[in-house]
Amino acid sequence: MNSAVGRAWLAFGYAFLYIPIATLIAFSFNASKMVTLWGGFSLHWYRELLNDTEVINGFVTSLKIALMTASASIVLGTLAAFALVRYRQFFGRTVFIAHINAPLVVPEVITGLSLLLFYVACERLFGLFSHRGIVTIWIGHTSICTCYAAVVVQSRLLAMDKSLEEAAMNLGCRPFQVFVLVTLPQIVQSLVSAWLLTFTISLDDVVTSSFLNGPGVSTLPMVIFARARLGLNPTVNAVATLSVAVVSIGVLTGSLWMARNERRRAEEQAAAYREGMVALQGRIPDARA
Amino acid sequence: MGASKPRLPSARGRHFVIGVPYLFLVLFFSLPFLVVLRISVSDAIGVRFQDLLTWDDGALTLRLKFTDYLFLATDPVYIVTYLRSIGYAALNTVICLAIGYPFAYFMARSPATWRPALLMLVSLPFWTSYLLRVYAWKGLLDDNGIVNNLLLWLHLIDSPIKMMHTALSMMVGMVYTYLPFMILPVYANLVKMDVRLLEAAADLGSKPLRTFWLVTVPLSMPGIIAGSMLVLIPSIGEYVIPELLGGPSTLMIGQVLWDEFFKNIDWSMASAVAVSMVVLILIPLAVFNHYQTRGVGRGGVA
Repeated sequence: MNSAVGRAWLAFGYAFLYIPIATLIAFSFNASKMVTLWGGFSLHWYRELLNDTEVINGFVTSLKIALMTASASIVLGTLAAFALVRYRQFFGRTVFIAHINAPLVVPEVITGLSLLLFYVACERLFGLFSHRGIVTIWIGHTSICTCYAAVVVQSRLLAMDKSLEEAAMNLGCRPFQVFVLVTLPQIVQSLVSAWLLTFTISLDDVVTSSFLNGPGVSTLPMVIFARARLGLNPTVNAVATLSVAVVSIGVLTGSLWMARNERRRAEEQAAAYREGMVALQGRIPDARA
Repeated sequence: MGASKPRLPSARGRHFVIGVPYLFLVLFFSLPFLVVLRISVSDAIGVRFQDLLTWDDGALTLRLKFTDYLFLATDPVYIVTYLRSIGYAALNTVICLAIGYPFAYFMARSPATWRPALLMLVSLPFWTSYLLRVYAWKGLLDDNGIVNNLLLWLHLIDSPIKMMHTALSMMVGMVYTYLPFMILPVYANLVKMDVRLLEAAADLGSKPLRTFWLVTVPLSMPGIIAGSMLVLIPSIGEYVIPELLGGPSTLMIGQVLWDEFFKNIDWSMASAVAVSMVVLILIPLAVFNHYQTRGVGRGGVA
């Protein structure tokens, strides 16, 4: 295929992906109250945001839920990934796999509805979950995010070299020591990716939270959704700009950190290999012959 | 863990690793769905749902109520909404494939040094709020929106075009949201493709376009199918996009469920809609599984 056509296609594709975000950012600095007419540069909507308790409270709630969700999801997701990769046969494995995959394809309206009706049933039967709010939303987000975390960690575990763990076990490490000293350092990057992914999924969720929230509890996406439904609102643009800024910095720092880790590991491996070769050559003087 | 033989993964550890996530997902994912299933077929007085099985004077009675399902199956409004949801989801998949496949192809054929950056630029929007990205189109496609203002300013139109709250605005939002889900799996497949096969085809006298259709496209089928599923299935149950960008003519099944629950406060009906949505989603999944297993078999022979 023609390279000029290719470049044009890519350019249009990226323009399509980024122009909406760019306009969102540009119009957050608009002095005019009309969201789509340029009236000069201003930080008016950011000042407005500082006094917007609804947005600030929503953000704090969302942040709490996202931190709790990401942390719970990587623990459960890592366990699930180990169960899938390391235990090839156990009772109900097929059903387990279905449980890992199902939340990825079931629409959020269904997850939200079913969990809420489950909470209501629990309340009637056992008096549980009668207070709905951060905890009930957290459980809902975790049941979705565990599966994403499991998929991310699983792909790393599948690619991992098992011989290091076996060597550690042969040298007398206990399973838990093997996990902490050998396995964990090798999968830590995937754990960071999984944590960040589940954190953003939780931070972004509006549908499940709307079903599972209680009186007076609104997450930031719920606040934004309510405003966006009514029409265009410049404070939403300001929120968007701030979140894009935070995300860009986060993703950039994260990928630089990962690239540095990757390089360091490669260097360490190369150094270990060199030393090994030197030691080998020292022992067998005519190895080169 | 430490009490048993040290060098073998202990049974207790194994039970813990499998049991904890299993129990959590059964408790907070499947069990709630069974509650939905139950509510969709049980009689209710107010919002208090009656027992399905009752023991009364030595007679065990099982009462199942299918009126909601009957209503769903016979009311044209629901049937049309179901068909519309599938239709828009299918259209979304086709458009994403038409834009995303060439995009992934050109990405995979670009210089190797560019690829990480190109890939990162596709996945970066994933990290920003999808709600905000959908909202962005409201500002662009509104009657007084940026696109209309631009067209007016260029004197291409005399009065604003109605784009917002139509099928057009909803489809733009859908394609925009789901395009990366198509690009990424197709790219992952194309970038791994053995270029020697294409060279062989060229050496044997095949023209580039012919090679593309007869070699590249069939080899990238797993990527196409995976991407199509990632677009098709979530877009059937989409709620946020039709709600923010669509109009009365684009009512989707996810919105029906939401309205039955939040506006009509009809839990039983909402549950029946949820169950039938799951059935609706299982159909393409079954087809996908069928093709996937067939694809694996074919790959094994090759």
